Amino acid sequence: MAKTPEEKQFSRRDFLKTTGVATGGIIGGSLLGGLVGFNLDGSSSEETSTTEDTASEGTETDNKTGGLTDNSRVFFANDTDFNTVSAAMERIFPETESGPGAIELGCAFYLDGQLTGQYGFNSKEYMQGPFAEPLPTQGYQSNLNRRDYFMLGIKKLNEEANDRHDANFADLEDGQMDDILTDFEAGEVDLGVPAHTATSSYFFTMLRSATLEGAYADPVYRGNRDMAGWKMKKFPGHQMSYIQYIEDDEFHELEPEPVFGMTH
Amino acid sequence: MATTLDKVDVVTVGVGWTGGIIAAEATKAGLTVMGLERGRKRGTEDYQHVHDELKYAVRYELMQDTSKETLTFRNNKDEKALPMRQQGSFLLGENLGGAGTHWNGQTWRFLPYDFEIKSMTEERYGKKKLQEDDGYQFEDWGITYDELEPYFNTFEKTAGISGEENPLGGKRSESYPTPPMLKSRMLRMFEEAATNMELHPHMMPSANLSQQYENPDGEQINACQYCAFCERFACEYDAKATPEVTVIKTAQKSDNFTLRTEANVVEVITDEDDDSKVSGVKFVDTITGEEFIQPADVVALTSYVFNNYKLLAVSDIGEQYDPKTGKGTLGRNYCYQIFGGATGFFDDQFNTFMGAGALGMALDDYNGDNFDHEDLDFLHGGNISITQTGARPILSNPVPSGTPSWGEEFKEESITNYTRVLSVSGQGATSPHRENYLSMDEEYTDVYGVPLVCLTYNFTDQDRARQKYLAERSGEILEEMGASQVDLAAELTDYNIVPYQSTHNTGGTTMGSDPETSVVNNYLQHWDRDNLFVVGAGNFQHNSGYNPTATVGALAYRCADGIIKYAEDGGRLEEE
Repeated sequence: MAKTPEEKQFSRRDFLKTTGVATGGIIGGSLLGGLVGFNLDGSSSEETSTTEDTASEGTETDNKTGGLTDNSRVFFANDTDFNTVSAAMERIFPETESGPGAIELGCAFYLDGQLTGQYGFNSKEYMQGPFAEPLPTQGYQSNLNRRDYFMLGIKKLNEEANDRHDANFADLEDGQMDDILTDFEAGEVDLGVPAHTATSSYFFTMLRSATLEGAYADPVYRGNRDMAGWKMKKFPGHQMSYIQYIEDDEFHELEPEPVFGMTH
Repeated sequence: MATTLDKVDVVTVGVGWTGGIIAAEATKAGLTVMGLERGRKRGTEDYQHVHDELKYAVRYELMQDTSKETLTFRNNKDEKALPMRQQGSFLLGENLGGAGTHWNGQTWRFLPYDFEIKSMTEERYGKKKLQEDDGYQFEDWGITYDELEPYFNTFEKTAGISGEENPLGGKRSESYPTPPMLKSRMLRMFEEAATNMELHPHMMPSANLSQQYENPDGEQINACQYCAFCERFACEYDAKATPEVTVIKTAQKSDNFTLRTEANVVEVITDEDDDSKVSGVKFVDTITGEEFIQPADVVALTSYVFNNYKLLAVSDIGEQYDPKTGKGTLGRNYCYQIFGGATGFFDDQFNTFMGAGALGMALDDYNGDNFDHEDLDFLHGGNISITQTGARPILSNPVPSGTPSWGEEFKEESITNYTRVLSVSGQGATSPHRENYLSMDEEYTDVYGVPLVCLTYNFTDQDRARQKYLAERSGEILEEMGASQVDLAAELTDYNIVPYQSTHNTGGTTMGSDPETSVVNNYLQHWDRDNLFVVGAGNFQHNSGYNPTATVGALAYRCADGIIKYAEDGGRLEEE
C-alpha cells in the first residue's frame, strides 16, 4: 500500500507535539506503547526504553490488574451482595472454550467502581419528577438512581435463591441460577415496588450491560483483566493507526494496547 | 437584574458548524460577531486519551448533560409525554463544536429531488401520489439544488471532503477537494457485488481526510489514520473536519470575533417598539448564574434542532403549529430517519475493528426518485452503504437471529461473529406528517426553569414501507457478496426513544417560499423578524436518505450570505 514516509512521520511528530510527550509533560505507557506500534520503520529503540522506564514507575503490584489489587472494593460493603452479583454476571458471561468469564475478568469489580460515580448517581440524567409509569417506547422513568436500583435487584436475586432452594445465590447450581435469571429477564419477579420504580426485567437489562462493559472496557476500569476480554474477541484496544493495514485482505491479529498507560 | 453588554453586529446562539460558519464569514465581511456557546471550550489537546469506548461511546462524554436539559416524548398527541431521562435514540452534542465534534464525517449533498420534492413528485406521478389526504405534508424548500450548489461546494472545500463523483447525485461544479479514502476488503466486496448487480457503487464522501489538506481559509486538516474512533469520539489527529479545526479557528483569527463559552441563551429579546425586529438575546453564565443581555443588530440561532425551535417558542416568535387545525408553522414537519438494513454472516474474518467514520462505499440507485415509485406505496428512498467505522467490543456483539442474549451460546457466537459480520444498510428518508411535530411541554422544565421541548413522533406508513424495501435491497447485496447467512432488519414498530438510531433530527423551523408552510425564507431569515436568522437541520421540510451535515453546512453558508446582505441593506431578503 502506498503511503509516503512523510505522511507517517507527520502524524507521529504531530502527536508527540500535541500531547507534550516529547517534553515529558504527559507520561503514559499506552501513548508511548502506541507510538512503538505506530513506528513502522523499526527505529524505535528510544521510545521502547521510555516505555519500560514509565512502566516501572507507577505499578509495583500484579501487572495483570494494572496496579490494582484483585480484591479492593469501594461500593459493595457486604460480601454476600458482591458474591451474588459476581455469580450472576458469570452466568451471563461464563467461562467457555474461548476464555475466561465474568469472574476472572473482574466484571463485578468494574461494576463496583461504576456505582461509586456518575453512573451510579445518574448525574448526567434528568432526575426531576414527577415520575410516571412509561409506555415501552418512553424509556427509563424510575426515581431510583442506579446504586439503589442495583442493590434492590441484587438483594432480590439472593432472596429468590433462598426462597426457592434455601441457599445463597452464589452457592446454587448453574441451572438454578439460570432459572432465576430467566425469570428476572422476563419481568416475572416482583421487586416489591411499583413497576415505575423498578422491574426485574430492567434490572436484568442493566446487569447484562454492566457485564459486557466489565468484560470489554479498558482495564483502567478494573474489568477486562489482563485484557483477556479483548484477546478473546481479537480487539486490539487502543491503536494509534491502522493505515498500514486497512487495504489488506488478510485478517490481522494484533497484540492489544490499553489506553491509559497500564502495562500488560 | 440582567447586565446589558455592548451591542455587536451579529450574535450566534451556539458555536458549532452553523455558528462557526456564520462567525467566520461575517467577520471576514467586517462585522463584529459574538459567539455564545453554552458548553465549555475544548480542542484537540483534550482528545489525546479518546480511544476509550466506555467513556465516550457508552457514557456519552461529549454529549449534552441531560440532567440540565432534555426533552419530553410521546408517540402521539393523545399520550402523556414523559422526559427522555437518558440519551438513547439520538445523541445531542454539547460544548464548543457541538455535534460537529463527534460526527462520523459522512458528507452527502441532498439530491435535487429533495429540494423540490412536492412539485417534482406531482409532475411525475400526479398530485394523488403526495397522499395529502393521509396527512403527509411534503413541501418544496423554496430553494433549488442549483441555487444551493455553490454553497455545497464552499462547505466541501472548507472541510476538505474526500470523495469521488456520485453517478446518481446532483451535478457538481467542482470535484471533491481531496481523493477518496482507501478501499478496505469489505468495501471492495460491496463494490464488486453492486457492480455485478448493475448498481452504481462509489466511495462515500468523507470528512476524515485521505490526505493532508489546507482549506481556502488557511486551516490545516491532517490525514486520517483509520484508527476507528470517530463517531461519539473526537479526533486526536485533527484529521476529521470539525468546526474547531476549521471555521471556529478562522473566526478566531479575526479581532471582530468574540467567543463566550458557558453562556446559555434562554430567550430572544423582541423589540417592544418594532415587531419586525428582535433586539438581542438573554443568556445565563452557567458558572456564576448571572444573567446578561447581549444586544445585536442580527441574531442567528445556530444551535441544534430542538434548541432553535425552543428559543423561538419561549420567545413567542412565530405561530406554534397545531396538528388539529393545521395552522401555524413553528414545530411543523419534524422528521427523523429510518434504517433498512441487513446483517451478513461470513466464514472469513475481517478487520472490523479498523476503519474511519466515513470509510464506506455506497449507492443511490434506491434513493430519492432515482427509481420508479409508480407501484410503491412510499416516496423517496435511501442511500445504501457498507461502512467500516470500527466495531468496538462493548457495543458490537452480533449474533445470528434466534441466539439467546446471554449465557454460553451468546458469548461464543458474539465472539465468533465480531470479526465475521458485515452489515449493509439503507439510510432512509422519512416523510413529514401532520401528527409529527415539536411543541412546548406543559409540565417539565430545564434547570433554568424554561419548559422542555415536547417531541410527538411516530413512524408513518410510508416510513415502514420504505424501511422494508431498503432492508430487502440491502439483503440482496449481501447475498451477492457471499454471506453464508443474511438476517434482514426487523420491520419497524412504534418509534422508541431508547435504542440508538440516528442523530439526524430535522424540521420544526422549516424553510420555504410561503410563510403559511415555513418559518424562514430561503436565506433562513425569519418571516416575522427581519434581523432574526434560524439555521440548521430544523430548516429541512423532510429528511432525506443521507446524513444531513453537508446540507446544514451549505445552508449555513447561504445564511451567512443573507446576514451580510441584511447588514448592508436591511429589509426582506426573499425575492418578490
